Amino acid sequence: MNLPALWFILIGVLFVGYFFLEGFDYGVGMLLPFVGRTDDERRAVLATIGPVWDANEVWLITAGGAIFSAFPNWYATLFSGFYLALALLITALILRGVALEFRSKDDGKWWRSLWDFVIWLGSTIPGFVWGVAMGNILHGMPINGHMDYIGGFFTLLNPYALAGGCATGLLFVLHGALYLSLKTPSPLRERSMRIARKMSRLTMVAYFGFVVLSYFFADFVNTFGIDPGPVPLLAGSSMVAVGFLLRSGLLGWAFAMTALTIFLSTMSVFLALYPRVIISRLNPAWDLTVYNAASNHYSLTVMSIVAISALPFVLAYQIWTYWIFRKRVSLHETFHY
Amino acid sequence: MTNVGLARLQFGVTTSYHFLIVPLTIGMAFQLALLETLYWRRPTSEGRQLLDFFGRLFLINFAVGVVTGILLEFEFGMNWSNYARFVGDVFGAPLAIEALVSFFMESTFIAVWIFGWDRISPRIHAWSMWLVALGSSLSAFWILVANAFMQEPTGYRKVHGHAVMNNFLALLGNPQLWVEFPHTELAALCTGAFFVAGISAYYLQKGQYLNEFQQSFRTGIYVAAVTSILVIVAGHEQAQHLAAIQPMNLAVSEALWHTSSVHASWTLAAWVDPVRQINRFAVRIPYMLSILAYNRLSGRVMGIDTLQHMYMRRYGPGWYVPPVLITYWAFRFMILMGLLMAFMAVKGVFLERRKRLMKHPRFLKLMVYAVGLPLLGNLMGWVMAEVGRQPWVVYGLETTVQGVSPTVPIVDVWMTFIGFTLLYGILGVLDIYLLVKCIRLGPGTQESPDDMGLMEVNRSEEPPL
Ligand code: HDD
Ligand code: HEM
Ligand code: HEM
Repeated sequence: MNLPALWFILIGVLFVGYFFLEGFDYGVGMLLPFVGRTDDERRAVLATIGPVWDANEVWLITAGGAIFSAFPNWYATLFSGFYLALALLITALILRGVALEFRSKDDGKWWRSLWDFVIWLGSTIPGFVWGVAMGNILHGMPINGHMDYIGGFFTLLNPYALAGGCATGLLFVLHGALYLSLKTPSPLRERSMRIARKMSRLTMVAYFGFVVLSYFFADFVNTFGIDPGPVPLLAGSSMVAVGFLLRSGLLGWAFAMTALTIFLSTMSVFLALYPRVIISRLNPAWDLTVYNAASNHYSLTVMSIVAISALPFVLAYQIWTYWIFRKRVSLHETFHY
Repeated sequence: MTNVGLARLQFGVTTSYHFLIVPLTIGMAFQLALLETLYWRRPTSEGRQLLDFFGRLFLINFAVGVVTGILLEFEFGMNWSNYARFVGDVFGAPLAIEALVSFFMESTFIAVWIFGWDRISPRIHAWSMWLVALGSSLSAFWILVANAFMQEPTGYRKVHGHAVMNNFLALLGNPQLWVEFPHTELAALCTGAFFVAGISAYYLQKGQYLNEFQQSFRTGIYVAAVTSILVIVAGHEQAQHLAAIQPMNLAVSEALWHTSSVHASWTLAAWVDPVRQINRFAVRIPYMLSILAYNRLSGRVMGIDTLQHMYMRRYGPGWYVPPVLITYWAFRFMILMGLLMAFMAVKGVFLERRKRLMKHPRFLKLMVYAVGLPLLGNLMGWVMAEVGRQPWVVYGLETTVQGVSPTVPIVDVWMTFIGFTLLYGILGVLDIYLLVKCIRLGPGTQESPDDMGLMEVNRSEEPPL
């Protein structure tokens, strides 16, 4: 069995889980000041993600741990290369996590608006950073013969990557707006739907803009790992479908379509990269691949056994929590956040 | 300051911060689970108020514990990329397993606990706190599997200059793990117990909410007494193991410049002069170091000079002596904390059993301050362990200097170091502000998720799940 390939897929799955799940709760955070006008409304907005955001974030932590254990070189190059970008991401996650918990523990007016702003900021940065990271991964980075990144921070901020940042950020806003319209009562529901409608056009432009730019800037176009075939096309169609479904009022389906877009886009990126995990712009021989970055066969075997036995339980109890908290939030309950 | 120095400082500051909080949450999760089980067996409105109250305090800390952990998970790659390449094959596995089996469990069931009061049956509700407690202890276990490998590498083989895992069971059976985990876990349980007992004592000596807090003082003080004694026993085990696997660490923690005589004495305190490598003044307890290291009245303990020569012969030229002053005092402080904790807890149990607690307001006041003892003890223990491991990052295999990220500019490390230190400082202030505020307000005065009476009626009906 080709274990490095299996782990590449597993890490892809973890990222899909992370972008899909945290995608909407970042979106909810970004929309917090716009959808919730009074304090009670804001608490209702936060109540939609209250029971799930922390577990959603663990998908990222697990993805990080999985990269570390299965591909130590990928982990080392990526995290030291994206040094400041990651520091920014982590700062955002730290701020956001405490803001959610601290916000309603004091009822001072300035206290709450301060933390609402922090929640907004902490939810806006990650989507953007991940888009930029994705852009750079597709574009290739200056990696030397020792697998070390030798560019600076501003090398990462090329226009193509920034476009990726905008596309991802907007996609998360749309995803969050749809989630909110499924989970909140009126008038929040109507507000979220209005935002979703506006956002769906903007997101489409940014998304397709990024796809078009990819043909010029992404390294993979000439050297596909695995030709992703119809996957990107399907991703594009599900993006288009969101707009139509929204106008027909089929919110659940529209949400499913943003989820599908996230899933298929992530899949396209992973397919196109394979077997490379980091592309060196300096010399193709210096690329990191699933083979030269991987752990040895023994530890991959151990990890496969652990992952495959643990994952069903994790999925089962996560689905169970979504089931317990499936009800639409009401404005009349007492809120924890 | 060099890149390595700065990266070390950053790692030290960020983990210490994480570990100031984490033992508290591990121990408190256990306390809450106990209190909730009592409440489930006999639901009273006092019981519920107590749970809400300590739950609030718990969650404030929990949030800070969680967010400070995220940075650590990424820091191995950011600051220590050569280290990550060198041992990732072995070291990554426990980290990934930790995320997969414990972080998911903790974060899911803590949410079920917070938001589930009226959505799931009281039994499942109590179970979810037990699962949080289990999850956080498992998380300690797996991270210590990783740490134990750094202290005493096992289950690996060296291939092309990398450490490669060849025996997972040896990683789990690492003898260092089985002295390190019990000691750390017990210390964590003790930390939570002291916190609960201390906060309860605060109200008892003020004469407020007596019904509620007598209950929680009891669960706190009993657990504190048992665990604080066991922490000392486990610490003693660990010291003996240390004498075998990292004799240099023990020697610097004792400021033992030269190999001892056959009956080694232990210094209670000494004026250590690291420059001239002597102790100018020392209060000694005869035989005690032999007992600490070997459980016998006799037995030489190797000194720093002998070990330095031995290590040079084994690993080549270099300086293998960790900072003596830091480890020496860290060790003394930890032991002092341990003794004070055991004394306070045992005395508390004694007064509790005689029902004489309320006649000793001075003792109750001291209990409030005792909350800080285990927190300091934890920190000092880690400083001793981690600083005393230097210059190795993985003992005998890779030095800390070799582990650092080679191409990260020092300016970037400065930026993140200053940034995170400031951020953590602010979080600390806010955390304490909120804790104090919650404690001032006391139980029952804040909005509580649902009506007490309702909960009890609900018990007899079909549970929602
Ligand atoms: C409440 C906290 C606490 C208390 C009271 C003690 N310890 Fe401790 N100790 C820890 C908390 C701790 C710790 C934080 O959990 C450490 C750090 C690394 C580890 O495995 O556990 C530790 C490490 C640690 C080490 C290993 C250092 C190394 O690996 O380099 C030794 C030898 C001891 N302890 C010994 C003791 C003794 C003899 C104690 C007797 C009173 C004691 N500890 C009390
Ligand atoms: C949570 C409690 C811990 C505390 C308070 C702590 C504290 C410290 C301190 C003070 C240092 C700096 C030592 C020096 O440079 O002189 C350090 C270094 C380090 N520790 Fe820990 N540590 C903890 C747990 C861990 C664990 C569980 C791991 C591994 C899983 C770990 C891995 C490291 C690494 C990689 C370094 C950097 C290299 C080095 O300086 O040795 N630490 N830690
Ligand atoms: C230096 C190594 C360490 C790393 C990389 C690390 C990593 C993490 C991460 C990523 C989280 C957040 C999980 C979430 O989002 O739910 C976390 C939380 C936690 N960590 Fe650590 N940790 C380290 C040291 C330790 C140690 C030494 C212990 C215990 C002995 C520990 C126990 C916990 C616990 C119990 C939590 C749950 C949150 C809490 O209770 O505060 N960690 N850690």
